[in-house]
Amino acid sequence: MIDVKNLTKSFGDHLVLDDISEHINPGEKVVVIGPSGSGKSTFLRCLNLLEIPTKGTITFEGTDITDPKTDIDKVRQQMGMVFQHFNLFPNMTIRKNITLAPVRTKLMSQAEADDTATALLKRVGLEEKADAYPAQLSGGQKQRIAIVRALAMKPKVMLFDEPTSALDPEMVGEVLEVMKQLAEEGMTMVVVTHEMGFAREVGSRVLFMDGGKILEQNEPHAFFANPREPRTIEFLSKVL
Amino acid sequence: MDPLQAYETWKALMVSGEALAWWQEFYVKFYQAFLLENRWMQYLDGVATTLLATALALLMGVVLGVLVAVIRAAHDQQRPGRRKNPVLGLVNAVFKVYVTVIRGTPMMLQLLIWAFVVFKSRQYTMVGIFGLGINSGAYVSEIIRGGLMAVDGGQMEAGRSLGLNYVDTMRFIVVPQAFKAILPALGNEFIILLKDTSLLSVISGQELLYFAQAIGTRNYEQMFPLIGAACIYLVLVMIFTWLLGKLERRMRQSDRR
Repeated sequence: MIDVKNLTKSFGDHLVLDDISEHINPGEKVVVIGPSGSGKSTFLRCLNLLEIPTKGTITFEGTDITDPKTDIDKVRQQMGMVFQHFNLFPNMTIRKNITLAPVRTKLMSQAEADDTATALLKRVGLEEKADAYPAQLSGGQKQRIAIVRALAMKPKVMLFDEPTSALDPEMVGEVLEVMKQLAEEGMTMVVVTHEMGFAREVGSRVLFMDGGKILEQNEPHAFFANPREPRTIEFLSKVL
Repeated sequence: MDPLQAYETWKALMVSGEALAWWQEFYVKFYQAFLLENRWMQYLDGVATTLLATALALLMGVVLGVLVAVIRAAHDQQRPGRRKNPVLGLVNAVFKVYVTVIRGTPMMLQLLIWAFVVFKSRQYTMVGIFGLGINSGAYVSEIIRGGLMAVDGGQMEAGRSLGLNYVDTMRFIVVPQAFKAILPALGNEFIILLKDTSLLSVISGQELLYFAQAIGTRNYEQMFPLIGAACIYLVLVMIFTWLLGKLERRMRQSDRR
């Protein structure tokens, strides 16, 4: 589904991603973990070209998205993204937040989009918030709305960039619950997170990144039970 | 005694050098500044021109300001690493010179140059409005550019990640937020503009101060017309400040918790 070849990214002289090649299959739930500054967020942000790779190619369903001639907007319409800081649009109601993109990209009529929004909001238990503004919501509610907003575009893959890192501990659970549901429905997911429990329970594959490389990867139970690389062992001993 | 008669009697006494009571002198000066020959209508004409000049210059300033700000922001936000758009680069350079020159020279001098060097036309009021609009555009563009830059980068990213294009993201997400943030600064610019229309008087633009000075010159008495004009400006500014406050409160709707 997503094929990454020799992906390199540097900011000026600072090399953030060092020649990464990776493949993500449909239906996979790939969890990316690693210390801060390891390049995991940058890796994720390259997948929908929020960061432009310095070198290498990324192919999504046969389309080379790093080719400047590719209509990146069309590709992004099929890739949902959820951010650490939610990034809801504060100038719009929740309903408008959700329906803006499907309507403007002509995916749905306003009426269809409104129905979709209502259905999705019901699913995350926030249907009564449709006419509220983002400032009136808690962090956990905002993040659930952000997930719903991405889902309204009916994406084929969902990218999560540390979705629970900015939340109060109390609110982490409600967001992870929504993500778990999504995983059970078969959504392809790439999740950058520090939630090891989530990685173990929901992930189908765990990638450990450090220094701009994927140092180690495995099926989650094996990964957490028998880490091979010394750096992985050191990292896990600190976080678990 | 009817008012005109009183004026004429006391004025004659004043001219002949006789001492008047302070209130008689006040009456004569007030009467000749505002009431004689319906002069108050000239002030009204002046106010009308002042408001028209403010509105036209503001319109021009905002259109020009948005254009300059959007081009300059788009130029600054081009993807790093890619080849820059040469047309955008050229237009950006031209706009940068425009902003530098306009902000770096006195407005009064700009008006004199427009009126006596560039246009050499007798339509001084229109030339003055044009000059004001050009001037205001430079300041407004910097205000708007600041507003666009101040919107959290995550907003643009969120919009683009949903598959919206650059123009739609700007139009529905970034610009409305920027507009709300800059409204106080824009209101301030508007009030400055309203007062700066008085500079049109140096190129014989027929606005409020022009008439006040003309009446003062005719009467050999400047205090009453000038103070009168000052009061009118003050009232106008207070009305607009109040209106802007109302608008700001309406824009804050989405902030309520």
